Amino acid sequence: MDIGLLAQYIMNGLMAGMMYALVAVGFTLFFGVLDVIQFAHGDVLTVGAFTALITFVGVHAAGVHSGSIALLAMLIVAIFATAGLGMLIARYLVLPLRAAPALNTLLITLMLGTVLRESVRLFYPQGANPKPFPALLPANSINFGNFNLRLDNAIMLAAGTAVIVGVEFLLNRTKLGLAIRAVAQDEETARTMGINFVAIVLVAFAIGSGLAAFAGVMDGFYYNEINFGMGLYLGIIGFAAAIIGGLGSIYGAILGGFLFAALQTIGTVALPFASAYKDVFAFAVIIIFMAWRPTGLIREKISERV
Amino acid sequence: MLPGVIALALASLYLSALLAVEKQPLIIGLLALAVIVALGAYWMGWLASVSRSFADRENVLGTMAIVAAFAMAAYFHDDHFVLLLIVTVLLYTVATLGLNIQFGYSGVLNFAGASFFGIGAYTSAVLNARTTVPTLVVLPIGGIIAALIGSLLLLPVLRTRGHYAALVTIAFALLLKAFLEVNDVLGGPQGLQVKGMTVGGWSFNDSIELGKIELSFYMSYFVLSLALLVAAFILVRRLERSWIGLNLDALRLDETAASCFGLDVARWKITAFTLGNFLIGIAGALFGMVGGFVAPNNYTFADSLILVSILLLGGIGNPWGLAVATVIVIVVPEKLQTIQEYRFLLYAVMVIAVLLFRPEGLLPRPLRSYFPGWRP
Repeated sequence: MDIGLLAQYIMNGLMAGMMYALVAVGFTLFFGVLDVIQFAHGDVLTVGAFTALITFVGVHAAGVHSGSIALLAMLIVAIFATAGLGMLIARYLVLPLRAAPALNTLLITLMLGTVLRESVRLFYPQGANPKPFPALLPANSINFGNFNLRLDNAIMLAAGTAVIVGVEFLLNRTKLGLAIRAVAQDEETARTMGINFVAIVLVAFAIGSGLAAFAGVMDGFYYNEINFGMGLYLGIIGFAAAIIGGLGSIYGAILGGFLFAALQTIGTVALPFASAYKDVFAFAVIIIFMAWRPTGLIREKISERV
Repeated sequence: MLPGVIALALASLYLSALLAVEKQPLIIGLLALAVIVALGAYWMGWLASVSRSFADRENVLGTMAIVAAFAMAAYFHDDHFVLLLIVTVLLYTVATLGLNIQFGYSGVLNFAGASFFGIGAYTSAVLNARTTVPTLVVLPIGGIIAALIGSLLLLPVLRTRGHYAALVTIAFALLLKAFLEVNDVLGGPQGLQVKGMTVGGWSFNDSIELGKIELSFYMSYFVLSLALLVAAFILVRRLERSWIGLNLDALRLDETAASCFGLDVARWKITAFTLGNFLIGIAGALFGMVGGFVAPNNYTFADSLILVSILLLGGIGNPWGLAVATVIVIVVPEKLQTIQEYRFLLYAVMVIAVLLFRPEGLLPRPLRSYFPGWRP
């Protein structure tokens, strides 16, 4: 295989890995603060992507034709709207069920995912069909031999990296991050130290959901198309990536996202039939991985208390 | 026993009326009436006495339910649509009974119920078209294939718990649909035609004439589906009452404690998962022949969630509740055309409400009664 094609594959893998990592970080954050899996997370991503699309239409209708303003408006509205949605979910669906069996949280978030997914399908005009996503990023590309680096991909990769670094900074270098980590480590002690538990949970859900919106917008720009089922797919893969890295660890989630994308890319290259069976391959990898290492590459060190 | 008989009679009369009515406003009125009556009965404590009489005299009331089903089918003997609806309800109840063994008794999560249902349907499509296997034998084969493919998931399901196991089955549901859509041998997204049932040279898809009365061809499917449901119901009930059911309950309630008392956790999880998939597969195989057509779009993750919704609405672990919930979930959207499109949304919202306000389901599972009629 020539270098150009290889570089192209690596680029595709990095883009996919970035999206998976962003989703996986959300799962890990939620699991960290509340020990729950928010199965509607993927569909929150869908809502984010569609909110961005609505914003674009709205900005366009308002007579603003500048691409960069539209882009900025899309990102801001989508991220804040989904952050709010995430907080609502935490406040009214996840927190009230803390005392109930874990199965109920699982079911309620699964059903909420269905509600969000179906709402997009039914109430967005012709929501059942894929929607074209505006190409607002510069489309020109730089040639390196026979690999051409598309500028929009490079920008997205840089922006994604910046977001991840930002979240890392927030969690490890700020007081808020300290509070989130404290709650994740020991809820009761964190409470006695004067940390407002509910507020921290809501903030964690807002951050995670905002990241999902960012990933959704990125997905839209990358594939130039969004549909109501995109979140289900990305959510399952993101959850699997979070497990691969060991739930609860931010670095693990990021690593897991890129690792999963790498596996997927290698699978596409190595197996001749894989391009048609791309999704089948991805989900098969998840199932096989769960059989092999059910608690991730970095094993959980907790033993169960009875 | 009297409350049970009255409830059964009223329920069958009401269901017949609902199935017979065509005008949308009347249907809405009937549905509203049902909600009011059910709430009123709950308030007056009548529901409790009904469920007690069902627990005490299950055999008698079960026989009566069979008679009532036959009476309804006889009343609608030439109405294809209504009979198809009844057959659908019967087969979905069989499938949810299978899911009930997994979810309700042993606590093994399965969010790919519709996938195993689809595997059964695809099995009957392929076997009826390509081989000369008698169609009656195809039904258990459909169940066995579903159980076998399900056993591929056993290792990850056994090694994981709760959320992780849910992930495995959801991934499987998505995998299977993606696989069926790209696989040309199995018809791709268009799906396959399924040949109907034939028993002893007599095709189920021919209409039946008894003297001057012409019966819909769905009548024979109705009889077979009802037989299947009765068999599945008895199996599940016996299982629940037996020491196996006790083991499964222990497993669900506390896995660690169960294994401390010497229960082989893996063995009973495998039993429950495989048996459940077997039942779902059989129901799917017959459903494929009834519908005459299978396509990947009929067996999506959303359909699996519908099956789970039935289970939660009916009250996990209560077979009678399942039957009621299946009627609600299957019949209402078919009759009320305006909500047909919104059914996934509607049931998801309903389940969220049930989980928030009445987590044990509409008709919660009663205590196991070893001695009918005995009260401490």
